[in-house]
Amino acid sequence: MSEESFAYTPGLAVTPLTYITRERALPIRGETLVNQGEKVDFETIVGRCYLEGPPYIVKVAELLGVEPEEVVRYLRVKVGDTVSKGTNLASYTAFLGLLKKSVESPVEGVVEGFSEITGHLTIRAPPRVIELRAYIRGTVLKVVPGESVTIGTPAAFIQGIIGFGGERHGVIELVSSSNQDVVGPDQIGEHHAGKIIVGGSLITYEALEKARKVGVAGIVVGGAKITDLEKVLGYRIGVAITGRENIGFTLVLTEGFGKLPMSKRAFDIFKENEGREAAINGATQVRAGVIRPEVIIPRDEESFAGALEPLGEGKMRVGSTVRIIRYPYFGEIGTVIELPVELHKIETESPVRVVRVRLQDGREVLIPRANVEIISE
Amino acid sequence: MDVVSYAREPRFILATDVGSTTTKARFFGKIDGEWRFLASGEAPTTVEKPVEDVTKGVRNAVREVEELTGHKILDDSTEELRFVMPYRGGRVGIDVYVSTSSAGGGLQMLVAGVVKSITAESAQRAALGAGAIVMDVLSVDDGREIHEKINTLRFLRPDMILLAGGTDGGDKTHVLEMSEVIAVAKPRPRFGATFRLPVVYAGNKDAREDIKRILSDDFFDVRIVDNIRPQIEVEKVEPARNAILELFMEHVMAHAPGYEKLMKLVSTDIMPTPAAEGLMIRTFAEMKKVNVIGVGMGGATTNVYSVFDGRFLRTVSANLGMSYSIGNVLKEAGLENVKRWIPLDLTDDEIMGIVYNKMIRPTTIPMSLEDLVVEHAVARESIRMAFNHHKYLARELKGVKRERTISDIFEEVKAEETYIDLRRVDYIIGTGGLLSRAPRRAQSMIILADAFQPIGFTYIMQDSVFMIPHLGVLSKIYREIALEIFEKECLVPLGTLVAAAGVGSLGEKVADITIEYSEQEKERVELTFGSVVRIPIPQYKEVVVTVEPTKKFDFGQGYGRRVRKRVRGGVVGVVIDGRGRPLYVPQDPRERRKLLVSWFKALELYPGDFLTKLS
Repeated sequence: MSEESFAYTPGLAVTPLTYITRERALPIRGETLVNQGEKVDFETIVGRCYLEGPPYIVKVAELLGVEPEEVVRYLRVKVGDTVSKGTNLASYTAFLGLLKKSVESPVEGVVEGFSEITGHLTIRAPPRVIELRAYIRGTVLKVVPGESVTIGTPAAFIQGIIGFGGERHGVIELVSSSNQDVVGPDQIGEHHAGKIIVGGSLITYEALEKARKVGVAGIVVGGAKITDLEKVLGYRIGVAITGRENIGFTLVLTEGFGKLPMSKRAFDIFKENEGREAAINGATQVRAGVIRPEVIIPRDEESFAGALEPLGEGKMRVGSTVRIIRYPYFGEIGTVIELPVELHKIETESPVRVVRVRLQDGREVLIPRANVEIISE
Repeated sequence: MDVVSYAREPRFILATDVGSTTTKARFFGKIDGEWRFLASGEAPTTVEKPVEDVTKGVRNAVREVEELTGHKILDDSTEELRFVMPYRGGRVGIDVYVSTSSAGGGLQMLVAGVVKSITAESAQRAALGAGAIVMDVLSVDDGREIHEKINTLRFLRPDMILLAGGTDGGDKTHVLEMSEVIAVAKPRPRFGATFRLPVVYAGNKDAREDIKRILSDDFFDVRIVDNIRPQIEVEKVEPARNAILELFMEHVMAHAPGYEKLMKLVSTDIMPTPAAEGLMIRTFAEMKKVNVIGVGMGGATTNVYSVFDGRFLRTVSANLGMSYSIGNVLKEAGLENVKRWIPLDLTDDEIMGIVYNKMIRPTTIPMSLEDLVVEHAVARESIRMAFNHHKYLARELKGVKRERTISDIFEEVKAEETYIDLRRVDYIIGTGGLLSRAPRRAQSMIILADAFQPIGFTYIMQDSVFMIPHLGVLSKIYREIALEIFEKECLVPLGTLVAAAGVGSLGEKVADITIEYSEQEKERVELTFGSVVRIPIPQYKEVVVTVEPTKKFDFGQGYGRRVRKRVRGGVVGVVIDGRGRPLYVPQDPRERRKLLVSWFKALELYPGDFLTKLS
C-alpha cells in the first residue's frame, strides 16, 4: 500500500491567515513609483508605463498610383515626424497640375518607417498610459526599478474555482446566513454598492442583475447556474480563461456551476472578516499550474506576526482531509483512510486508482483519486 | 524517415509524454524474447508555477512505475532527475529513455500566406505536420483589414510564425506586404521576454533578401527554407516542416521550465506529442499498405491523422478537447448536437453543469453513469468537428487551373471535395484518455463509428493505455521494437464495422446479411433501418460476411450491390450498422430516446440495470 500520493486537483487555498505576496509587473518597461518598505493601499498607483500605440500601414504607392521606389519623391513627411489625422503624407501632381493626388494620415501619431520595397508608410499612434495599481493593501517588499513591485501582507486568503471580471476591492458583507442559502434579488440593496457580497450555495440570475444595477463591486458564492451566467455575459463560455469580462462586478464561484454550498471553512472566514476591506479578482486559467480567482482580505501586520498558516503542498496521506469534487458526493468532506495501489472498479465500471474516504457522517466510500482535493483543515 | 540503428538491442525502455495535464510514463521490457508493455505511471505535469520544472512530474510518474513493478529506474543518489542507465541486470536500470511533450499548450504557431486557398493552406499543412497548433491563418485575401491583422498578431503570442507566399520567380509584392504586417506588429513570443520570435520563411525565393531586411534581427530570428509552393502545382512541405521542428527544439523546448534537463536525458530528440502520434500511425499504415484514420483525443485538443493512398495528413483542432476544452466543444457543436446522443432525463442546465464543471476541474473522471454518457456524447461531437476540420485540409492542391484572379481560385475551392473516401477507410485507430479509459470497449467503438461514420467495411482499434505517442518517438530509433509493441500490446482490436450509406424509414429493410463461420455454420440477419446488430466474434477468428443490400443502400460497392468479404472479429465483435449515412437520429425527443436506448442495448454499451431504467 502506498503511504502517500499527489492530488491531481491541487486543493484550493482557503485559509484564515497566511502571508500573501503579489508581484505587480508592468507589461513593458516603465517607471516604478513606490519604494521598498512603503505602505500602499488598494488604489495606490505603484507603476506607470507607456504602451506603444497600434501601427497603421498607409499604402502610399498604391494610393498615388506610382511604383514603390518612386514614392520617396512625393513624400511630404519623414521618419520621426509627428502627424495629425489629415496631415498630408504624400502628394503627386502631373500634367501641369491637372492631375493631383494626395495621401492623408488616417490617424494622429508618429511616422515610424517607410519601405521602398512596398512603398508603404507606417504611422504609429500615440502611446497609451498604463497605470498599475497596488491591488492589495500592504507593504512594498521589493522593487525592480522600471519593471515590478512586490507587495506583501498577512491576509485571509480564499481561492475560488472560477471567476469572471478583474481586480476590484470593497468591504465584505454577508448576504446569506448560512453556506446553504440561495441569494435572490431581495438580499441585495442599494447599500451594497461598492461592496463585496458573500452568499451561500447559489446566486440567481435576478440577483446578479440586481447586483449590477446597484453597483456591487464583487460577489463570492458557492455556485451559479451556467445558463444564468451566460445570460449575464451575453455569450456561451468556451475555454476557461477569464478575468477580462466587463459585467460591472467581479464574480467568484468557490465551488462550481449549479447549486453548490460554499465550503463551510470559506464561509466562516468571510463571516469572521465581515466589515473588512478585501481585494477580489476573477481571473481564471484552467491549465496545469492553474490561475484561480481569489479574495484577499489584508490584516494588520503587527498583531499577527508568527501566527501564519503556510499554504498546503498538495500531498495526500492517510489522515489527510479531502473534499470530493464530482457527483454524486460533490462537496462532501472526509478523511483519507487508505490509498490502495491496485485499481478498483467504480460505478461506471472504470478501473481507476482510488482513495478510501471516511465521510463526516461515518460512511466509507471509494473515490477516484482524481476526484478529490486536499483541504487544509 | 530516418531510422538510427544502435549496436546493442535494449532490454528495458522508458518513455514519457509530458502532457498539458498529466505526465504519463510507460515502461517496456523484453521478456522471454518478446517486447511487452510492463507498467504505466501518471502524475500531474509540473510545467507551471509553483513547481515550474517538468522533471518533477516525470519523476513522480516514473516513481509510480517503480512502485508497481519493483524495477529500479530513478537514480536516487541525486536531487536532479537521473535514470539508472544502462540496464544493470535483474530489476535495475533501463537502456533507453524517450519523451514527447505537449505541455504548456504544445507548439503554437501562426501561419501567414498570400492566397488563403493556396500558400496559406500549404503552410497550414506544413505547420500541422510538424505537430503545431495553428492559432490563426493570415492571408492577403482573408477578408481582414491590415489593422485587424496587426491586432491579431499583437494579441496572439505564438511560439513561431510560418510565412509563405508566391511562386519562385513570381510576384513578390504580396508576400513582402505580409512580412511588413508582421514586422510592424512585433508580436511577442510566449516564452522568454528577451528572445527573438522565430519566423520560418518558405515563400518566393526572390524575396528572401527583402524579407530578411523587413523582419529585422532585433525582433525576429528568420530561417529561410525552400518555397512551400515553388510552382503553383507543386507543394513541398518537408523543408518547412523540418525547420519548424528544429526551431521547436531550440526555442520553445529550451525555454520551457525544466526542459533543458529533460533534453539531456533522452536518447533521441523530444517530439511534440501529435507529431509522434502521427509518426506511429503513418508507420503502421505504410507497413500494412492500408488507408487509416487516427484520432487522438486530448484534454485540450483533438488531433486527426489520415494516411490515404499513401498520403499523410495531420490536423490539430485546438480547443476541441475533453477536459480544458470540453466547454468549447459544447459551444462549437451546440447543445442540441450534444443532446442528440443523450437518452437521459437531464435538463439543459444539468447537462451543461456536468460539462462545465469538468472544464473547471479537468482532471476529474465520471463517477456516475449519467456523467459518463454525457462525456461520451461530447466526445462524438468533438471528433466529428475535428474530422470536418481535417477533411477541409485533406483536399487536392488548389489553384492549379485558371489562376486568373484571387476570387476565381477562391470559387474553385468551394466546389472541390476531400480526397478522404469514407468507403475506403480500412482502419480507424483511436487514442486518448477518454477512449483508453472507456469502461466497455464497445463504447469506444461506437463513439468512433458515430463520429467518423465510415461506409462499408472498416476495422476499428484503440490504444490500450495511451502509448501511441511514446511508441512514435521510440520508432525514430527502434522502428521494429516500436511496431512490435504497437501491434501486440498497444492496439486493442475492437472489431469490424459493417455500415450502410443511405436513408430509409425506421424498420425498413436495409440488407440481408450472411455470416459464414465455416461451410456448415452460417448465420443470417435481416438488417433494418435504424438498427444496429452486434455479433460477438473474437479477435482471432475470421468469418465471411456477405451483404445483399436493397437498392436504397450502399455497403461500399454501390447502391444495391452485393459485397462479400472476409473479416476479423475483435473484443467487441462484428457490428452491423443499419443506421444510415448520414446517421439517422430522430428530431422528436421521445422517438430519439427510444432509438438510442435500442442501440445501447444491442451493443450492451452500459450495465444492464442502467439500460433497463432508461427504457
